[in-house]
Amino acid sequence: MTTQQSLCQKFMEKAELVAATVAEVADMDAAVDYAVNLCGEKEACQLQVSGCTEPLSDGAEALCDTKQKKVLAAPGLDKVVYDRLAAQCAENGFECIGSGMREYLAGIDIGFTVADHGIAETGTLVLNSSGEELRLATMVSEYHVCVLPKSRIRDTSFEVESLLTEDMKKAPNYTAFITGPSRTADIERVLALGVHGPLQLHILLLED
Amino acid sequence: MQKAENLKEYRGELKEALDNDFLRTTLDNFAVSYRAGRANAFKDIDTKALIGEIASIKDKAAANLDDLYEEFKRNAEAAGVHVHYARDAEDANRIICEIAKATRSRKIVKSKSMTAEETLLNHALEDENLEVVETDLGEWIIQLRHEGPSHMVMPAIHLSRYQVKDLFTDVTGKKQEPDIEKLVKVARRELRQKYIEADMGITGANFAIAETGTIGLVTNEGNARLVSTLPRVHVALMGLDKLLPDMHSALTILKALPRNATGQALTSYVTWITGENECLAASDGKKEIHYVVLDNGRSELARDPLFSQVLRCVRCGACANVCPVYRLVGGHKMGHIYIGAIGLILTYFFHGKDKAKNLVQNCINCEACKDICAGGIDLPGIIKEIHTRIQDEEGHPLPSLLLGKVLKNRKLFHTLLRSAKWAQKPMAGDDGFIRHLPMVFARDHGFKALPTIAEKPFRDKWPDLRPDVANPKLSVALFSGCVQDFVYPEQMEACVKLLEGHDVNMEFPMEQSCCGLPVMMMGEKKAARDVAVQNMRAFQSGAYDYIVTMCASCASHLKHNYLKLVKGNPRLESLAMDFSSRVIDFSSFAHDVLKLDPSEFRVTGTRATYHAPCHLCRGLDVHDAPRELIRTAGLEYRECDEEEVCCGFGGTFSMKFPELSAELLRKKLDNVEATGADVLLTDCPGCVMQLRGGLKARGSSIKVRHVAEAMADNRK
Repeated sequence: MTTQQSLCQKFMEKAELVAATVAEVADMDAAVDYAVNLCGEKEACQLQVSGCTEPLSDGAEALCDTKQKKVLAAPGLDKVVYDRLAAQCAENGFECIGSGMREYLAGIDIGFTVADHGIAETGTLVLNSSGEELRLATMVSEYHVCVLPKSRIRDTSFEVESLLTEDMKKAPNYTAFITGPSRTADIERVLALGVHGPLQLHILLLED
Repeated sequence: MQKAENLKEYRGELKEALDNDFLRTTLDNFAVSYRAGRANAFKDIDTKALIGEIASIKDKAAANLDDLYEEFKRNAEAAGVHVHYARDAEDANRIICEIAKATRSRKIVKSKSMTAEETLLNHALEDENLEVVETDLGEWIIQLRHEGPSHMVMPAIHLSRYQVKDLFTDVTGKKQEPDIEKLVKVARRELRQKYIEADMGITGANFAIAETGTIGLVTNEGNARLVSTLPRVHVALMGLDKLLPDMHSALTILKALPRNATGQALTSYVTWITGENECLAASDGKKEIHYVVLDNGRSELARDPLFSQVLRCVRCGACANVCPVYRLVGGHKMGHIYIGAIGLILTYFFHGKDKAKNLVQNCINCEACKDICAGGIDLPGIIKEIHTRIQDEEGHPLPSLLLGKVLKNRKLFHTLLRSAKWAQKPMAGDDGFIRHLPMVFARDHGFKALPTIAEKPFRDKWPDLRPDVANPKLSVALFSGCVQDFVYPEQMEACVKLLEGHDVNMEFPMEQSCCGLPVMMMGEKKAARDVAVQNMRAFQSGAYDYIVTMCASCASHLKHNYLKLVKGNPRLESLAMDFSSRVIDFSSFAHDVLKLDPSEFRVTGTRATYHAPCHLCRGLDVHDAPRELIRTAGLEYRECDEEEVCCGFGGTFSMKFPELSAELLRKKLDNVEATGADVLLTDCPGCVMQLRGGLKARGSSIKVRHVAEAMADNRK
């Protein structure tokens, strides 16, 4: 096994330990297919067990009602890839957006992004999300699908340290380490996924 | 929050907490699963080295606070952030209220910040008619209940799903079910609209990085990201102690923080924010960001040679997770706002001695917190220092003052012990226990039987016991401590018997006295120092290779505290270093030095389980030696659940908080009985007293003995 292969292996193991789904994709086309398929398979507005059925206060209900269609958001994506994604979404009757996230704060089905780095030791994605659209896509989505080029995987956080510091010197900057889906254990220490952020995190390891 | 006026009221509050079955079960399960989770998270890491690294990073930062603050402010301001210095809590709250006013903010969302709890920020904002909503699930729950957190990481750990269901039914106006996953989703959807409506978001910060003016936020839920993204104004409130020079320091701490807090290798989100970020809700497309850096006594702490290590705390909450007392009574009784061991300390520095005076007495000194602290803070040591300081300021209570005076005078102390033998006559049974407790103790201390003072102390027996060794290979001095000298001399005799035939010359210096730990525990530091000097002088003349003690608490106190007690006096310091380096506990001596061999013992196969005294397993980091000795001596060792958890003795703690001591003992003995052992062995006469007394009160047939006694019995 090459060093890169063993780093990929380690990344996969660690990410799966924290409830991320990891798959390998040969190219960006395959990544787009994955996201579109996932969007098709998932239920609309899938808040897991509660679905849309738990009664809420009137204000919160009203917000939820603003979401009527399956939405896939992919801000900050390379134009060629975005166009392909948008075309597939149109074919399947999904709405595909590249901006205007603030109109979709009730939630979107899938946020589709590309990570800057991966940290194998903890199965972590490093995403420079200085753009608000990209940031929101990773937060208000029910599923976050993130492509991670295999060559971008490092062993520990210390190996991305100097890159992070350089980025931060070019402020403003907003960088996220994302490790698994959003989680809480605040009620009776019982683990529940998807509190404020994504219910699921899908990491697509890209051959490059 | 602490409202108790005095120790009696505080004890009353503790009793109430003990009666909360839900809390007790939750915290019991948590204590057990946390220990396993943490061990797993650290399994590939050199934990001690990492803790050492963090301690050194934080110590350097504390020594350099002013420069770090200036650098942080300069870089953050260059990136468009407004930086404010807040002298105290009131100042911080005023600054934040003014920012709200200037930005015409009406609605505020918050993510979790212990610093905001410290300043009681929500009250200040609400007084200005601002709407404040906590978005961390646990914080939102306690906000709805108008309570403070009962744990730094899991603020609502004291509440059940049923209580949360009722709350959420109230807040939504719709009936909710007691299903945790559903309740979490209700919170998700209810709070989402709050983020959208909010003008201002308030977060804390786990790191403030001077080099780039960056803040780092460590969260699991993702709420801090929404709070710092959606509203047009972002205020981050952080203590001066969050300042670090660079990213490397932050990443180093990040290696330990989640692992120590929750057993996670990393939390779901770590967010690094630098400069005025894009905000599409703002008219100029840029977010208005304010950093409020709170002093509130921190820079004074940083200058204190003894207490500055308190600033190493990274707020992981682990000291509560392993605290046997927290496990019994929960965070509302084990802190004011900050909870756990660090909470007792921070309460004194941030909220004053009135809030802290009862709390600091509620440390059993088992050192479980010191053992796992991410910053290597000597938490129990500092708690004792604060206890002393409060007594110095407020006056020492009579019992501790008297004990201090008595212990300083060895002859008086020993005369009193000897006369106690006569005084107890009317109450003594013929089985080594006091038959009836004097009335003052009867009500709260009935959970264990107390021992009688021995007919003849070890020191009086010694002249007849002392063996003549023709060609000694080793010369050792025995340190008995007062319990083995006057209550359990047979434990010392067992040691003498075991050492015989191994060419060890033994001495028992007669001028030795109590080790001084009891007065130290009562906050009588001066008396503890005087006793230490007496003892060191008593052992000064002999050229002993080792000073062997069979009491784990004495051993750990002699080894670690004597030097600290005489700090500042070079002559005594060198005496203490020489003395402490020769102190060794019985098990390590028998196992590592004498290397006792199974061939010396009969195999009886008696089923023996073990209780690890706090001051042996944590105080001296001795784990394997006693367990191996049990097998060496021909007994069948049966592991006991939670073997390294405190038995509840804690010296004077068991006198002060008998209800807590009784509960800790009950758990310990349940675990002991479950092993099916015939005999329970341990390495400390204090533990023997507690365990034997408890089993006697239960009517159990399990015998409690010092490891040395069981070994001496089986010696061929």
